[in-house]
Amino acid sequence: MEIIMSVVIGFMFMAAVYLMLSKSLIRIIIGTGLLSHGAHLLLLTMGGLGGEAPPVVAYGVSVSDYADPLPQALILTAIVISFAVTSFFLVVAYRAYQELGTDNMELLKGTEDHE
Amino acid sequence: MSNLLLFPIIIPLIMATILMLFPNKIKMQRLVALLSALVTLIASLFLLFKVYNDGIQVVTLGSWPAPFGISMVSDLFSALLVVTTSLIVLFVVLYSFPTIGIKREQSFYYPAVLFLLTGVNGAFTTGDIFNLFVFVEVLLMASYTLIVHGGERQQLRESIKYLLVNIISSALFVAAVALLYSVTGTLNMADLAVKIPQIENTGILTVIAVLFLVVFGFKAAIFPLYFWLPASYHAPPMPILALFGALLTKVGVYAIMRTYTLFFTMNVGFTHELLAIIAILTILAGCVGALAYFDVKKIIIYNIIIAVGVILFGVSQLNEAGVQGSILYLIHDMMIKAALFFLVGIVAVIFGTSNLRKMGGLMKTYPVLGWTYLVAAFGLAGIPPLSGFPGKLLIVQGGFEGPQFWGSIVILATSLIVLLSAVRIFIYAFWGEPVETEPLKKSAYHAMLIPSMLLVAITVFFGVGAELFMPLVSGAAEVLLNPSLYIEAVFKE
Repeated sequence: MEIIMSVVIGFMFMAAVYLMLSKSLIRIIIGTGLLSHGAHLLLLTMGGLGGEAPPVVAYGVSVSDYADPLPQALILTAIVISFAVTSFFLVVAYRAYQELGTDNMELLKGTEDHE
Repeated sequence: MSNLLLFPIIIPLIMATILMLFPNKIKMQRLVALLSALVTLIASLFLLFKVYNDGIQVVTLGSWPAPFGISMVSDLFSALLVVTTSLIVLFVVLYSFPTIGIKREQSFYYPAVLFLLTGVNGAFTTGDIFNLFVFVEVLLMASYTLIVHGGERQQLRESIKYLLVNIISSALFVAAVALLYSVTGTLNMADLAVKIPQIENTGILTVIAVLFLVVFGFKAAIFPLYFWLPASYHAPPMPILALFGALLTKVGVYAIMRTYTLFFTMNVGFTHELLAIIAILTILAGCVGALAYFDVKKIIIYNIIIAVGVILFGVSQLNEAGVQGSILYLIHDMMIKAALFFLVGIVAVIFGTSNLRKMGGLMKTYPVLGWTYLVAAFGLAGIPPLSGFPGKLLIVQGGFEGPQFWGSIVILATSLIVLLSAVRIFIYAFWGEPVETEPLKKSAYHAMLIPSMLLVAITVFFGVGAELFMPLVSGAAEVLLNPSLYIEAVFKE
């Protein structure tokens, strides 16, 4: 299972890099979303995917049956943060499009006065 | 167990939340922001005093025992940085009154500054690597708001790049934390320091250490990863620039210093030599930029990069002199960068431009500003007895005692370039033929000059009285060099 997940994560990172290398700002933002999803899945996978029981003390369940609760807590925090950052990025991108009249990163290279 | 070390994090958080309730009452905004910065400073001074007298302070949130709960740890190093941070935010708030403009003050400027203070103080205090990620995100979120605050064309243009770079580095941060967790099974820094030496396969840990160096390097602006910094920092107005220049890169530097002394010490021959080489390259890259530009903001911005290199070189030597020097120089650099940005900001306001070629002859009309700037510039270059000197001296000494003695020679040589780049501003702006200046009200000028002069005075005191601060600094270095002190303090709780 971990192997399949690793392949999926690698694929997501690859797709994210491909999207972030494009010129359109909106595709770059989608790329950053994919990148953080890949990182979150990595967090989940690296904790180990074994364990059937929820990590709550119950009769007849030994410690080795528990799913690792820590990656789940971490991933939740990371998802919330990346959600907030992505929404902020979208707003800034929209404002920048209004102000600068373009979303083409090629035209946004360097600074305006080239000093 | 004392909750004192949480105060510098919680006070600005609560005050920022309160400030968001009445954005239009500017006088109240200013007063409350100033008071909360002041109270945070007082709380952090108490904390420093307590840590100095009673040793490392630890709080484990929710009273879970150490490796399970989230630990907040305040040793002398982090307490010193928390004090410096709070001090700088206090001065930035003071300097913001005359410079930032009413429009920005009405749009949640002060809450954003206080949220930044929350994030920075939290990042300096936390004892858990994932919690460090969370606090870094808090301060990044505040910095995103600040860098785009006001929504000028150039700010929007640069903030997109700033956002993108930081989002990528945050995703890498999560990935690095995941890999570290899979290898060690813990994220508590003290527990990591216990577990990492027990792992025999150091190869994978070295990879993770370098991955963390990349992650923190994005924030600290080390050699190949500094490319985003000059343009991004050039965009926002001066008080925000001073805040960023003084605090943001230093969080990355702190994170490298902490992780590379506390637990990534399994393969010192590789990781720390790499760090030393990168540090020297960072210095050289910064020097090129500092000499190449004729823009006062850009010159000081490239000096940030140089300072990051100098500090990291001291740490990479892992000996007493080097680490003590790094701590001294880190504190000095935070204050002197804020002071220089303040002063350069006044110069830019007087001329209405930040281009050096259009400046000249200020010495006759604004002599006090000129002399203050000269003192700050000499302090930056480390001319004795000013504040850059003791730190740089110890770093150079550490380099000669350590394996990379050539690094010390580079640092000594580049000090001259730093001096040249800073004095060049003095020569162009203050000497020469007087140029027509923008009218500036006396009261506004004094409101800008007084916080700057106070901050310069503090740096002078920090340099001349370095002997007074030495017990604090050597105590901080002792904990960095002996991780067992840190581990014991955390697990004692």
